[in-house]
Amino acid sequence: MHTLEDKLFLVRFQPDDHSHIHINNKELCQHDCPDKPCTYICPAKVYEWNEEVKAINVGYEGCLECGTCRYGCPRDNIHWVNPRGGFGVMYKFG
Amino acid sequence: MALWGMNASFKNREESFMTVQEPTQQQLNQERWRDVPLEFEAIVVGAGPAGLAAAYTLAKGGVKTLLIERGDFPGSKNVMGGILYSYPTHQVISDFWKEAPLERPIVEQRAWLLAEESVVTIGFKDPGFYEEPYNNFSVFRSRFDRWMANKTVEAGATLITETVVTDFLFEERADRRKVAGVVTNRDHGEIRAQVVLICEGANSILTQRLGLQEDLSPGDLAVGVKEVIALPKGAIEDRFNVEKGQGVTIELIGESTQGMFGMGWIYTNKDTLSIGVGVMINQLSRSGMNPNTVLEKMKQHPAVRPLLTGGETKEYLAKIIPEGGYHQVPKLYDHGVLICGDAAMLVNGVHREGSNLAMTSGKLAAETVIEAKKKGDFSSVTLKAYHDRLQDSFVLKDLKKYENASALFQSNPHFFTLYPKLARYSARELFTVDNVSKKDKQKKIWHEVTSRRGIWNIAGDMYRLWRTLG
Ligand SMILES: Cc1cc2nc3c(=O)[nH]c(=O)nc-3n(C[C@H](O)[C@H](O)[C@H](O)COP(=O)(O)OP(=O)(O)OC[C@H]3O[C@@H](n4cnc5c(N)ncnc54)[C@H](O)[C@@H]3O)c2cc1C
Ligand code: SF4
Ligand code: SF4
Repeated sequence: MHTLEDKLFLVRFQPDDHSHIHINNKELCQHDCPDKPCTYICPAKVYEWNEEVKAINVGYEGCLECGTCRYGCPRDNIHWVNPRGGFGVMYKFG
Repeated sequence: MALWGMNASFKNREESFMTVQEPTQQQLNQERWRDVPLEFEAIVVGAGPAGLAAAYTLAKGGVKTLLIERGDFPGSKNVMGGILYSYPTHQVISDFWKEAPLERPIVEQRAWLLAEESVVTIGFKDPGFYEEPYNNFSVFRSRFDRWMANKTVEAGATLITETVVTDFLFEERADRRKVAGVVTNRDHGEIRAQVVLICEGANSILTQRLGLQEDLSPGDLAVGVKEVIALPKGAIEDRFNVEKGQGVTIELIGESTQGMFGMGWIYTNKDTLSIGVGVMINQLSRSGMNPNTVLEKMKQHPAVRPLLTGGETKEYLAKIIPEGGYHQVPKLYDHGVLICGDAAMLVNGVHREGSNLAMTSGKLAAETVIEAKKKGDFSSVTLKAYHDRLQDSFVLKDLKKYENASALFQSNPHFFTLYPKLARYSARELFTVDNVSKKDKQKKIWHEVTSRRGIWNIAGDMYRLWRTLG
């Protein structure tokens, strides 16, 4: 039980049918953000660079709602709101 | 009073998981929502320690209070290490330990300075902490917050769950703009109140929306990741050398965060361990590492690994921790609004205290509101008393005392990289018996230490450390 995927599998989510996370401007990601920190600082690896479409994929369903990306994106390019009431992560222990 | 949301008895999560999308349930929720009065005296946003202490104190003080929580139930989205402090909790709900869901009373606190492969330890153990009124407890927030929310409802507050506050209602007057209620994401989701207490936690979206907190930088926050690991029965007593039921905390500095500004922790629960690391977001960004990788590395450290043997991970969690300190505390009040807890940056990172500052600030805010109600004035003139109360309490005094800690550690990585290594080197030399005289060993250590960082630099570091923390 060491991979992140295994750990995330233990967490319960009630995903909404639409995302609470949006990238404001994908041009910024492509041209003005060489390190793309969102792809590694997120504890749930919600963000993934998609080379084919030259944009960040957002797997919002697995978001732990920790808040790191809101502050960690150097271009302030992530629009993040709380998931709708009753949706999102549901911790058993906390 | 009443309780809306999923339902009055907090149905268990499996059930709500199954039914939440069925239209009947949603219709039911919406009907319950329609039963919520459209006006309260006070609205508390967020049912964490700050909001719960505030709503409990308000309700006890006879203020008609609505507590709004976005989670399925209070605590379902909340994460901490987590050590809950007895004294401030007792001040809100006396003798809480008699009925609250707690894990273990802590009798021993250890600090570990980790270097590669090795550890230098110090600690303090006092079985007196196993007696009332106790000092602190390990807890799980999803259980504790839920319990405290039930107490708050018993005290007379109204609780509505599964509801996100998205904006505010304002009353515009010629000379000022007063917060006059909240907007939620429910249909017809506006509710009015004389005063709103923002207890939304570290991800302070609403506080920022009001313009009270400037945009924070990644150097003002840490990200904490944590695992709950179940251990075989009796393992905690054996591995941590405590009597049945007693608890231990370990804070880990140095290699635990791969040399980044931050800290690791291991706390004993009843049958599980809470193990985690917190690192500053700016340093993590620079490192190119995922926080889970930092945690996994700490778990593999030879001093840590044996504690986890045979363990089974039960949950993985993450949350940001405000570390900006005194300088980043926002304006704490305005017309018709008060900010408490993490949303107000009230965290003492040096001592890993947060929940106690949150609770105390919630309580002081509530007391201010009770007074404002008597006066019939919720303008910032009256609400400023909250700021004064905080200033007179340990909350802002402690933050002020450590006001330069964050800057010191941000600008001096040696505290997390070089010094743990030197501590290891020195201890290893001293404790190795090899027929070299102790005097020669001391010389050797001195030479090594001063060659790695000049004597004046070390003196400067120690002086700054003493000035900042002493
Ligand atoms: C990893 C980690 C470890 C920690 N360890 C410790 C420890 O061992 N001891 C300690 O004392 N402190 C610790 N802390 C700090 C402590 O958790 C916080 O200081 C404390 O939880 C702050 O309480 P709060 O009520 O201000 O915020 P929170 O506990 O974050 O509560 C905020 C509540 O508001 C709700 N909410 C937010 N926005 C909205 C909205 N718009 N509408 C409706 N509801 C909303 C949230 O769902 C949540 O229930 C730790 C923190 C972290 C992240
Ligand atoms: S960190 Fe921000 S700007 Fe950079 S890739 Fe991610 S979303 Fe885009
Ligand atoms: S809030 Fe946390 S878990 Fe969710 S996407 Fe942002 S960094 Fe990842």
